[in-house]
Amino acid sequence: MTDERSEERGNTSQSSNGGYPLYANRNDTLAAASGRPLRDLSLQKTLSEDISSEDYSISAETLRAQAEIARGAGYPQLAQNLERASELTAVPNDTLLEMYEMLRPGRCSFEEYEALAQRLRAEFNAAATAAFVEEAANVYRERGLLRRELE
Amino acid sequence: MTTTATLDRSVNGDTGSRRFSILAGRDINRETYVEEWAEAGLTVADSPYDPQPSLRIVDGQVMEMDGKERADFDALDRFIADHALDLPVAEEAMATPSHQIARMLVDINVPQPTIRRLADGCTPAKLCEIVRHMNVLEMMMGLGKMRVRKTPANQAHVTNWRENPALLAADAAEAALRGFAEIETTVRVARAAPLNALAILVGSQTSRGGVLTQCAVEEAFGLRLGIKGLTSYAETLSVYGSERSFVDGDDTPWSKAFLASAYASRGIKVRFTSGTGSEALMGYAEQCSMLYLEARCLLITKGAGSQGVQNGSISCIALPEALPGGVRGVLAENLLASMLGLECASGNDALASHSALRKTAKLMLQMIPGTDFICSGYSAIPKQDNMFGGGNFDAEDFDDWTVIQRDMQVNGGIRPVKEADAVAARRQAAQALQAIYAELDFPPIGDEEVEAAALAHSSEDMPERDMVADLAAADRFLEGTANLSDVVRALHRSGFEQAAANLLEMGRQRVAGDYLQPSAIFADGFNVISAINDNNDYTGPGTGYRLEGETWDALQRIPQQKSPRDFIDAQVGEPLPNLAEISTAKVGASAKEIVVAVGPAYGTSLVKTIGELDHEEVLEALLTGVAEEEFYGRVVRVYHSADCAAIGHAGARLSGSGIAVGLQSRGTTVIQKRGLAPLNNLELFPQSPSLTLEIYQAIGRNAARYAKGLSPLPVGVKVDNGARLRLIVKTALLHRREIDDIQEKAPQELYFRWEPDV
Repeated sequence: MTDERSEERGNTSQSSNGGYPLYANRNDTLAAASGRPLRDLSLQKTLSEDISSEDYSISAETLRAQAEIARGAGYPQLAQNLERASELTAVPNDTLLEMYEMLRPGRCSFEEYEALAQRLRAEFNAAATAAFVEEAANVYRERGLLRRELE
Repeated sequence: MTTTATLDRSVNGDTGSRRFSILAGRDINRETYVEEWAEAGLTVADSPYDPQPSLRIVDGQVMEMDGKERADFDALDRFIADHALDLPVAEEAMATPSHQIARMLVDINVPQPTIRRLADGCTPAKLCEIVRHMNVLEMMMGLGKMRVRKTPANQAHVTNWRENPALLAADAAEAALRGFAEIETTVRVARAAPLNALAILVGSQTSRGGVLTQCAVEEAFGLRLGIKGLTSYAETLSVYGSERSFVDGDDTPWSKAFLASAYASRGIKVRFTSGTGSEALMGYAEQCSMLYLEARCLLITKGAGSQGVQNGSISCIALPEALPGGVRGVLAENLLASMLGLECASGNDALASHSALRKTAKLMLQMIPGTDFICSGYSAIPKQDNMFGGGNFDAEDFDDWTVIQRDMQVNGGIRPVKEADAVAARRQAAQALQAIYAELDFPPIGDEEVEAAALAHSSEDMPERDMVADLAAADRFLEGTANLSDVVRALHRSGFEQAAANLLEMGRQRVAGDYLQPSAIFADGFNVISAINDNNDYTGPGTGYRLEGETWDALQRIPQQKSPRDFIDAQVGEPLPNLAEISTAKVGASAKEIVVAVGPAYGTSLVKTIGELDHEEVLEALLTGVAEEEFYGRVVRVYHSADCAAIGHAGARLSGSGIAVGLQSRGTTVIQKRGLAPLNNLELFPQSPSLTLEIYQAIGRNAARYAKGLSPLPVGVKVDNGARLRLIVKTALLHRREIDDIQEKAPQELYFRWEPDV
C-alpha cells in the first residue's frame, strides 16, 4: 500500500480539498449510518420522532469519502484507518469490543485469528480489516504474542 | 582546616553558608536530578546503544532498518517497516544528510510539505539524527513551521475529587468560555465515567458549541462511552517504543490500530499517546535513548492511521526533566510528531516542576512556536481536584497565562474572561445538568448545589452528594437505552434551547465526520478547521498564523486592563488657594535662605504627590525642616522644565545660600547646590511613593545644614522594590501632566501663605 503515496501527495497540493468540509459542501447528500438524511436530523425531528443512536452515527460511505479526502491531502495511513473504520460500521458494538479484545496480546491462537479474519470477510465484508488481522496473527506467531496454552 | 576539607564540606552543603542554605530551600531544589545512565534507559536524546540509521528495500519490502535485518525485527519494527514508511521516498530521504534536513527545518524558504515528504521516508534512527543537530531555538523554528494546523489551540482538563456533576458541568462551561477547543475529564472511580462524560459534554455545549470532549478511562470502556455519544474524541490510546513495554501495556500496534479504526467507525476523533520516559519507567528501554524510543512510537502512531498524538512526555515528564537536556528532548519529540504530519498535543499537562520559573521556561518552547494543543490538558481546576494527578498549570494560573499571551502577542489558546460572564456560564451549565438529571431520573441536583457550582473554586466548596446513588445511576445510564437525543429533548423541554441545539449539532457533525481529519477542531460557530482547510503555510515573517485582528483584540483585552485616562484622578484637584505667583524670581541675597523650587504643575494642575500627600503639606514639611535650622525658605516655580534635576538646578541658581530643594509635582525631590552639574546633586530622592512628611521635613533640615557648610547624615529612605512596578504607569502620566504646564518663562517667586510652627 505504500507505493502510491508519493504520487498522491504530488498531485494534491493544488486540489480543492475533495469537498471538505463535507458538512458544508455535501449537506444535501450526507446521511447517517441508519440512512436518515442529515437534513432530517433537525431539532424539530429530534423533539417529535424517535431518534436512535444510528441516526447520529457516521456511515460507511461518509467514512470512505473522508478517507479519500485524507489520501488526497497526503495522509495515506489515516485514509487506510478510515477505510477500515468504514468496514467496521457494520460490526455491532459488542462484537466490536470483542474483536478489539481478541487482538490484544496473548488472547488468541493463530487459528482463532484466522477464524476472525474469515468472519470479518464473510459476515461484514471487511476485507481490509481481515487482511490486517491476518498480518497481526503472523507477527504474533513469530513474536510469541499468541495465547500461551501452557498456563 | 585544609583546603581539601573545605571543598568536601561545601559539596556536602554544610559549610554554614547562609546563601547556599537559602538556595537549598528553593523550589527548584525540591526536584530530583540524576546523571545519565544509558543502560537503564536514563538518557534523553543520545544513547551509545541507539541504532544508526539504515534502510534496505528489496522488491518493495524493507529488508533492513536501522541496522537490523528483517528476520530480527520485533513486532514494532515490522509495523513501522510495513505501515509507516513511505518507501518510494525513503531512499532519497535516507540519502539526504541529516544536517541538511535539520537546516531545511529552520530555512524559511523551505515550505512544510517539502520537509514532510522527506520525513515520511525516514526511519526512527534517521529522525533522531536530524533533530540531534538542532538546538532549542532551531527546534522552535521548525515546530512553528511543521505544526499541522495553522491555528494553535489548547485543551483543558476538567475533573474533581468528589466527582460532583454540577461542578464538572460548571468547570467545563468556564473552560469552553475561555476558549479551550477540547476538554478532557477522567474519574476517581471508574464507574462514574458515563455521568462525568455527560457533565462536561452538557457543560461545554451550554457555554460554547463545538468543544470536543472526552473521558479518559480504560480503552474498551472509553469506546463504549464514545459509542453512546458521550464523547467526541479519545486520546488515551497509549503506545510504547519497545515491544516489551507495548505488551505490558496490554496492546500491540495492531490492536491499537484496530481500536483507532473502531473509534473512527463511530465517528470519534482519535489521538494516540506516547512520550519520553515511559519505557524506562516500565523497565524496558532496551538501553535506548528516550528520543529514539519516542521516534518509534510516532511511526507506529502514524502507521496505525491515528491523525495525531499527545506527546511531550505527558505523565512521565519528571523523568526526562531529571536528566540533562530533558526539556530539549521533549521539544524534539513534539517537533518529530509535527514533521510526521501528526497533530501534536504537546504535553505541558502533568506537574513537571515545583519551580514556577522552570515551568514557565519550559512552556515557552511550545507556546511561542505554537502547537496544535499547547497543553494536552491545561488543568482548568485547582490542583487538588485534578484526577490526572495534578496539573503543571492550574485554574490559579489563568491570569498569568493570559498576561503572557498579551505580553508576547502570542495565542496560547486561552481567552481572558470577565468574572460575571464566567459565573453566568457556570450557573447556566449547572442548571442545564440539573434539568437533565431531573428528566432522566438521576439523583437530583439541588438549587443550592447549582449555586455552589456557579461560585465554587474547588470541590471543597460543594455540598456532599450521595456518591453511591450517583454511581448506580451511572451504571443504569450506561446500560440503558437513553442516548444523545434524550439529552437533547430534556434540555429543550427545560428551556435550554441553545444547549439543546449545540448538543444536537455535535451529533450532526459526527455524521459528517469532518473532525476525523488531521488536527481538526471547531472554531466558533461549529466551523471545522483542520490540516485540510487550515494547513500551516508558514514560510517566514508575514506568513502562517499571525495573532492579529479580532483574536488579538480579544486576547489583549484582559479584565485587569484599565483606561490610563483616569489614572491620576487622585492627584488632580482644586489649586492651592494659599499659593500665589508674585513676580519673576531674582537671585537671593541672604545666605540664610533655602529655595524650594517646585515643578510647573505643583499645587495647580496637580495637588498631590504620587504617594497622595497634599502638595500643601509637603511644602509645609520642607519649610518646617528649614526653619528648624533657623533658615528660611523661599518658594519658586520653575516653568521651563518638568525634570527634577533641572528644577533643582534652577532653584540653586536663585538661592542666596546656593542650596535648593527641587520638587516635582509627583513628589520626586533633590537637594541641589549651585555650581554642581545638573545631574550631580547633594541628595536625590527618586522613590517618591516612599517619601513621608517626616522625610520631607528631614530633607528641609538637611538642605539648611548643607547651607551651613555641615556634612549631615543623608536622609534615609526605605527602598520599596515594588514601587516602580506598581506605579510606573502613574509616574509616566503624572510626568506627562507636568510637562503639559511647561512654559517658556523664567522661574516665578511664589507667595505661600503659611507660618512655620517652630
